[in-house]
Amino acid sequence: MTATISATGLVKRYGEVTALDGLDLSVPEGTVLGLLGPNGAGKTTAVSILTTLLEPDEGQATIAGVDLRTRPDEVRRRIGLSGQYAAVDEVLTGYENLDMIGRLYHLGKARSKTRSRELLERFDLVDAGDRPVKTYSGGMRRRLDLAGALVAEPPVLFLDEPTTGLDPRSRIDLWAVIRELVAKGSTLLLTTQYMEEADQLADEIVVIDHGTAIARGTSDQLKSQVGGDRIDVSIDDADQLGRARAVLERVAVGDVEVDAPVRRLLAPISGGAGTLTTALRALDDAGIAISDVGLRRPTLDDVFLTLTGRRAEHEETSEDDAGRESDPRESTSSGAPS
Amino acid sequence: MNAVTAVFADTSVIAKRNVIKIVRVPEVMVFVLMSPIMFVLLFGYVFGNAIAVEGTSYREFLIAGIFAQSVMFGATFTGAGIAEDMQKGIMDRFRSLPMSRSAVLAGRTISDVVYNLLSLIIMAITGLAVGWRIRGSFLEAILGFVLLLVFAYAVSWVMAYIALLVPSVEVINNASFMVIFPLTFIANTFVPAEDLPGPLKTFAEWNPVSSVTQAARELFGNIPPGVPAPDVWSLQHPIIYTMIWVVITIAVFAPLSVNRYKRANRR
Repeated sequence: MTATISATGLVKRYGEVTALDGLDLSVPEGTVLGLLGPNGAGKTTAVSILTTLLEPDEGQATIAGVDLRTRPDEVRRRIGLSGQYAAVDEVLTGYENLDMIGRLYHLGKARSKTRSRELLERFDLVDAGDRPVKTYSGGMRRRLDLAGALVAEPPVLFLDEPTTGLDPRSRIDLWAVIRELVAKGSTLLLTTQYMEEADQLADEIVVIDHGTAIARGTSDQLKSQVGGDRIDVSIDDADQLGRARAVLERVAVGDVEVDAPVRRLLAPISGGAGTLTTALRALDDAGIAISDVGLRRPTLDDVFLTLTGRRAEHEETSEDDAGRESDPRESTSSGAPS
Repeated sequence: MNAVTAVFADTSVIAKRNVIKIVRVPEVMVFVLMSPIMFVLLFGYVFGNAIAVEGTSYREFLIAGIFAQSVMFGATFTGAGIAEDMQKGIMDRFRSLPMSRSAVLAGRTISDVVYNLLSLIIMAITGLAVGWRIRGSFLEAILGFVLLLVFAYAVSWVMAYIALLVPSVEVINNASFMVIFPLTFIANTFVPAEDLPGPLKTFAEWNPVSSVTQAARELFGNIPPGVPAPDVWSLQHPIIYTMIWVVITIAVFAPLSVNRYKRANRR
């Protein structure tokens, strides 16, 4: 039996630019695939193709057994899409938005109405349900947008960067909702720029760059490729860098990176916090004074650096944790396919 | 639900949503209410006293022209609305739903008829207040309003197509100004077409804005007896000529727009 989402050799070109360059994807029923990559890697293009918004130049795909090219209407009956732009109408109320979508899925008047109220309850939007969406916070809009994808209870869901631009609190809330969906058996394709998000939600991760998959596997498999956690140490005295490196090499599972100008060392380890303690003790025994230390989880940047030898370019968004709290529209305003 | 009932059901869902937006956004509502009043009063009083038209009061002559111009501008609403939906990603949502492929555009063009109907009612009341009179039969007058709305409906499909090609609200507004101003001025809307010089006269005589204006004037009974009939076919048979334009425009631009909508991925 083929996977619920199955795509082979997807190619999409925009003039000179090749947005997708032979992407293969396969998502078994009831699982979550995380499509991980920086802005411009082709994530949104892939989602647009799989949700019938865009026709591929080459390649085949089936969604829940239905051929995307020959029967797009049948595909649309089986999918729900929630994009990185919260695609809800600001002038309508939350309820009106959901009811409109329900009617357009042809649920019937009564069913659409009850379903919309149910979803408002489930997404904690009951109080706001009859207010225009323009009064909603960014997190509320995303929840409503996600609720919109669920109105007809489609078996296959596509979530394109569902938490980009959200503050950490709203992000964690949304993760909980997504986990609940998956527990109920939905098949889900999720795109994200955050390693942590893919780590939290996905059964399998595909890392894409320039429109092709450069790595795939479970989160653990990818991390072991990248070297898992890293000890991140800054020391006081630049003269001790060499000795600190020698000490760390004893606990590290790969090369220790030294950033001499800022007196910082990065050591990939496999043992988590226990190894960190060992390393700190060894550094202390060697008389090396530490100014800062931390255990760093591999980020998309680390995965990228390992896989491609270059850093993930965040381009316009180049957001750090602080930047994500700003207006969601600001950090998602890029018109480029991502 | 079969395909035909789905088209109607989906279209009415979209049209209802758009009408809610007209009613609920105060800026839009004020524009709907104020601009027709402003047009009638400005043109009526500024030009109304300065220009003389043979056999009738200029203000009476002018009203049908103002109606025609206003519904043309009302039709640009279609373009702006579609461009906005594209920019905000709502179009992508609609396109990912198992709904009829023509419903988003049909619903939009129909809701803009509602918009134009509102503005025609307000203009007519304002017109009556400043001395415009319907001198024909009631039925003919209704036919005149219907013709104006049908004409604007056809223009809406042109604007829909442009908006799908260039989905930017700013570009749409500027472009429609640049197209609609010449179209509505090089016509018999504000001065008789015969008075225009050379090539402008020919353009004005065959301009469908002129024919719809001429038709409305005739149906409202605003052409006094004794005024000689125009010497071109288009203005001698303004209703037929207008309807030919309407049918051709919709027959060309509705399928073009729907086809474009299917591929209208924002990117």
